[in-house]
Amino acid sequence: MLGRGVLRGMHVTIKRLMDTYLEDLKYFPRRATEAAVETRQRPDVRGLKTIEYPFQKLEMFEGYRMLPFLIYDEDPEKPRCTACGMCARVCPPQCIWIESDKSPEGKNLRRPKSFTIDATICMSCGMCVEFCPSDAIKMDNDYEIGVHGREELIYSLDRLLKPVEYYAKIHPTEYAAQEEEKRKKAAAKAQKAAIKKKES
Amino acid sequence: MAKVREQPAAEKVSPLAARLKEEFDGAVIDDSPNGIVLAADRLVDVAAYLRETPDLDYNHLSGVTSVDYDEYFEIVYHFNSLKKQGEPVILKVRTDKENPLVPSLTPTWPGAAFQEREIWDLMGIRFEGHPNHRRLVLWEGFEGHPLRKDWREPYFEADSKPFSSRWPEGQHIQVEERTPLGRNVQYPEGWDPDEWEPVDEMADFVERMEAKLGENGDSLKTQKVVVNMGPQHPSTHGVFRMKLVLDGEIVIGLEPVFGYMHRSHEKIAERNLWVQNIPFCGRLDYISTISNAFPYVLAVEKLLGTTPPERARYLRVMVAELARILNHFISIGFLFNDLGAYFTPVQYCLEEREFIMDWFEMISGSRMMGNYYRFGGVTRDVSPEAMRFAETLVRERIPRAIDEIDRFLSENEIFLSRSVGVGVLSLEDAIKFSTTGPVMRASGLPYDIRKADPYSIYDRFKFDIVTEPAGDVYARYLVRLREMRESAKILEQALEQIKEGPIQEGRKRWNQKVPAGESYGRVESPKGELGFYLVSDGGTNAYRYHVRSPCLINLTALEKMCVGQKVADVVVILGSIDIVLGEVDR
Repeated sequence: MLGRGVLRGMHVTIKRLMDTYLEDLKYFPRRATEAAVETRQRPDVRGLKTIEYPFQKLEMFEGYRMLPFLIYDEDPEKPRCTACGMCARVCPPQCIWIESDKSPEGKNLRRPKSFTIDATICMSCGMCVEFCPSDAIKMDNDYEIGVHGREELIYSLDRLLKPVEYYAKIHPTEYAAQEEEKRKKAAAKAQKAAIKKKES
Repeated sequence: MAKVREQPAAEKVSPLAARLKEEFDGAVIDDSPNGIVLAADRLVDVAAYLRETPDLDYNHLSGVTSVDYDEYFEIVYHFNSLKKQGEPVILKVRTDKENPLVPSLTPTWPGAAFQEREIWDLMGIRFEGHPNHRRLVLWEGFEGHPLRKDWREPYFEADSKPFSSRWPEGQHIQVEERTPLGRNVQYPEGWDPDEWEPVDEMADFVERMEAKLGENGDSLKTQKVVVNMGPQHPSTHGVFRMKLVLDGEIVIGLEPVFGYMHRSHEKIAERNLWVQNIPFCGRLDYISTISNAFPYVLAVEKLLGTTPPERARYLRVMVAELARILNHFISIGFLFNDLGAYFTPVQYCLEEREFIMDWFEMISGSRMMGNYYRFGGVTRDVSPEAMRFAETLVRERIPRAIDEIDRFLSENEIFLSRSVGVGVLSLEDAIKFSTTGPVMRASGLPYDIRKADPYSIYDRFKFDIVTEPAGDVYARYLVRLREMRESAKILEQALEQIKEGPIQEGRKRWNQKVPAGESYGRVESPKGELGFYLVSDGGTNAYRYHVRSPCLINLTALEKMCVGQKVADVVVILGSIDIVLGEVDR
């Protein structure tokens, strides 16, 4: 019968429409609830999966990466970064500039004097994080970075530095794993030192 | 750079080279595992011999590329045997640097047409006998040939990364400040923009078409119209342009124009460290982004001699297959946009894609630019939570969605009348024009690199190669739809077989050195054979890096499919080839 295929297709669209509205009815009268948003991120959701951005926001996955930032432990004057330049070298678009800090005598102080990331070039690949030897640079998950002028997209050291608590908040599993590893390493070191002491 | 040519000693002459030596006196100059070097004037004969000898049967010219060495240019041809399958045969031809000229294969192997033009454009090697010997991606007045080693871009800093200006005294400077004109252009010396007259491109095209259509184009006494379609046409899937000659509403001649998204991916990649190319690969085919680096890491691993651990290999296959499903959803959805089923089918398809993207984001950190593959492994392990997500997707959501799309669209009478018998590509033409992927399989040939030349762990999975005999738009739609089911099958098996374990072989190095040599890594990407031809000189960056783009080469057959069809069908045919301009132009 001519038109049977079209009708079968129409059936699919009507079913979709019903599914979407039935799903919405569950959250009547307000669709923009947290429970609704959470459901919409699950693969078993029925109907159309839309949320009302910017009034609602999906929760970001932990591994999500946007732009890099630098970590300091307690004092912003003492960042973890040692200005070794590994991130600047491995960066595919070469968007990181590092100037290392020197004492008046010319001795390398192993900290950055300036650290610039040009976000207009950064491709958010996360290579800097992957190859940083001192866990000093991490990826931020703030994706609302729109600005009014391109000069504002040049991130200097003071804008890049963030406390370690912020990192622990946005990447909790990764942070816990790293702390665990650090603890283990410190324990092993202490044990070694103790053995050495005993031997001597 | 001369050390590139040094190959390991004690080479055996391959049986094919011995045979060619016998058949063609003096044609074989050199023979190594990297390819058989031929005398340029015998190339056409040898290629014809490869095609016509029944027990050789190398009838598919997969790729043509070129390398700039110190003493000569080398043009590299990859021939496939579609019957015997297995690895490609590599033929090479050398030409001198002053007046580089080689015979063109285009008259006998039309699939080489765009690739030879690309070589002329980017490497500056002329092809004698090419019917349309013009630049492919750059404009006719462009100065120089960018892929030559002595060519430098306007922002030139150094021959290879890392640029020393970044560290340790690096001061930020915006790229535009580097060029005197503040623009990303460079002019030949003594060139005056006021006196320059651009080539009248359309007049040129009309002249060419008149010459071509002269014999058979005059059957009707109507005036022919030349129409420019694109590059800003919404149905060209990006910035792609077609120059059409119409007779009434019927297309009688077509010429694609490329290069609106050209960014010299290959030149950038030759400046990059090996590992830095992986995120750039994601920018090629920006639909199935995450799996583009697969052939690249395979090619580099061939040179390095590493094999990734089991878990990493399974993860790679899972990522690649989900990317295929994602790509085919988009392809089918946008095909219906082109047909005028405005945005309902594509909305359903994009929804499924969104979940696959969510999974990519979970495992790699980014929806599209996954940057997930590494030499000898993958970047991050997949958490049990993400694995459960993938299981729900593969076992429930995706099969259900494919069935729904099938029910929704496959029997729609309007779709059938617009697609059955439209844009037919016969099997003979499909082979002649070097097409691969769903385009070739929809013409009836079960050729799939996952089976023909199994890479990674594809030999462990049970799946079928989907083919359709008709070769029209509908056949290509059906092939894509069924291929998604096969991919889901592979994914289910992978999910059953995957075990816990390490995900990285050896230590990752930012300044990875790759042993000197040549390698060609290829995979069955959602669009066809995606291959990376790499030449290493033993350093930290590639000496030559070439992408065999399935989209560009499948487009060679576009004119053949479109001639005789109505202008509205051109849009549909283009949609059914499934091109992505990021990969076409590179």
